[in-house]
Amino acid sequence: MKKMKAGRLSKTTKNDLITYGMVILAYIIVQIFVATGHVSSLIQGLLVPFCTYAIVAIALNLTVGILGELSLGHAGFMCVGAFTSAVFSLAFKQTMPGGPRFFIALLIGAATAALVGFLVGIPVLRLKGDYLAIVTLAFGEIIKNIINALYLGVDGNGLHFTMKDALSLNLAEDGVVLIKGAQGVTGTPNDSNFTVGVILILVTLFIVLNFIHSRTGRAVMAIRDNRIAAESIGINVTKYKLIAFTLSASLAGVAGVLYAHNLSTLNALPKNFGYNMSILILVFVVLGGIGNIRGSIIAAVLLTLLPEVLRGLSDYRMLIYAIVLIAMMIFNWSPNAIFFRKRMRQRLTGGGKSEKEEA
Amino acid sequence: MALLETKNLGISFGGLRAVNEFDISVEKGQLYGLIGPNGAGKTTIFNLLTGVYRPDEGAILLDGVNLTGRKTIEICKAGIARTFQNIRLFGDLPVLDNVKAGLHNHYPYSTFEGIFRLPRYFRTEREMNEKAMELLKVFGLEEYAEHKAKNLPYGQQRKLEIARAMATAPKLLLLDEPAAGMNPNETKELMDTIRFVRDHFDMTILLIEHDMKLVSGICEKLTVLNFGEVLTQGDTQTVLNDPKVIKAYLGE
Repeated sequence: MKKMKAGRLSKTTKNDLITYGMVILAYIIVQIFVATGHVSSLIQGLLVPFCTYAIVAIALNLTVGILGELSLGHAGFMCVGAFTSAVFSLAFKQTMPGGPRFFIALLIGAATAALVGFLVGIPVLRLKGDYLAIVTLAFGEIIKNIINALYLGVDGNGLHFTMKDALSLNLAEDGVVLIKGAQGVTGTPNDSNFTVGVILILVTLFIVLNFIHSRTGRAVMAIRDNRIAAESIGINVTKYKLIAFTLSASLAGVAGVLYAHNLSTLNALPKNFGYNMSILILVFVVLGGIGNIRGSIIAAVLLTLLPEVLRGLSDYRMLIYAIVLIAMMIFNWSPNAIFFRKRMRQRLTGGGKSEKEEA
Repeated sequence: MALLETKNLGISFGGLRAVNEFDISVEKGQLYGLIGPNGAGKTTIFNLLTGVYRPDEGAILLDGVNLTGRKTIEICKAGIARTFQNIRLFGDLPVLDNVKAGLHNHYPYSTFEGIFRLPRYFRTEREMNEKAMELLKVFGLEEYAEHKAKNLPYGQQRKLEIARAMATAPKLLLLDEPAAGMNPNETKELMDTIRFVRDHFDMTILLIEHDMKLVSGICEKLTVLNFGEVLTQGDTQTVLNDPKVIKAYLGE
């Protein structure tokens, strides 16, 4: 029994370590290429977005793969994290050093996104069915539109906000406008870089993987597999669904913080925080494998990279992108492909065994 | 005093009187059978006992504690565990984790301790693993511990469901048609398992079953239900030879 337990522990731990290792290895390789000047400026500009999308894909996989609920509003949570943290960083741009400022911005972004996720989750997660998808879809659009109409300023008297225009803020002379409606937030300090992004991926991985292998994660997956049975053995369904969803929203907020601090101008456009983005994140999760955290990272990076690499093909770019999506889906989900992979793996491991025997 | 007692239990769904004036009294350590034709209201009674439905009237007492109208989770904590007519396992989780999920409320540590792997996480998980393996061994499932629950053979899935229910450390175990879909050999093995659970854990078991061989083989007392009402109650042999019961099953 002990032997088996040890084997089990090491199996999941080994899998987790491979995931951490993959990220670190990718980081080292990229750093070497950057140092030797083999990376074009186009790709260098993509390094932080890679990290952003990897984090938000991991976060969404927690909702879709582990909790078993569909969220179509993760870009909305990203948006919440991005704007709250950007406003904070802008307000304290002169008065705080970059390191602690970014750290606090990170906590603020994660906390507000978690709070919003919690509030969205309270009514919706009590229901059975696909209501979460509908509500989060609406939520994402609402958040984006509110921010596009919102003016926020700060002066000696504190925060002012309005939905009209910058003049109606009635700021004192020393006042600064932080959010300028559709023009967004301008002048956010560029506190994030590739290293920070990779550290955040690792932190996200640490939280999510440990969560899955804890008692809470087990309860969440039990609810996913059979809600009625989970209730019958005394698991509080609403509580654990809320924990998982709030955590997922807060990690999406972290991705938003990283995103916001990589740009000098932050706008809530359909392209970055709209419905299309939410769907794109979902595509990362589905193609990487639902419930497969490592797959989410790989899919997020590949699918962010692909449109840029294919830029040279101009007109055929989206065509090839779509074909790659279909091919990946077949490779991941077709029963025959799964069977083929299993057979190949068996042959490989079987081959390994016989080699050992010969030795 | 009886372990489980219901008094005048009743529920209606719209105009349908599903259960009416249902009284039952199960003594500690008893193997009690609940039988009746299809649609008699047997599973509805299980759903009432486990808080899936709230009774319109009547009372449910477990060990003298009134459980009427409580939620499923509270009833589970009070000591009633159940299995389902159509197996409900956590299919994508390993067999071991199915049992560990059943231990959920007995080995607590916080989400925070779980994520940051504080000492209590390791200690509690180790205790959980030991306890779960112990239970799997009792049910002869230890060799499957690593398999996904959905990949188990049918008979083993039934056993795992009982093991998971036993992990919640209940006072009363409800089995909803445990022999459904089993061949005679599997049924025989199941009878041994049920008897073993009763003796090994000193458990009180209330079961619904259609397989008369199983019912007459292991149940000590029976309640026959027909159209939501108790037709007759008593010792197994007396009840099974009752002309009323035979009429209810086979018609005139």
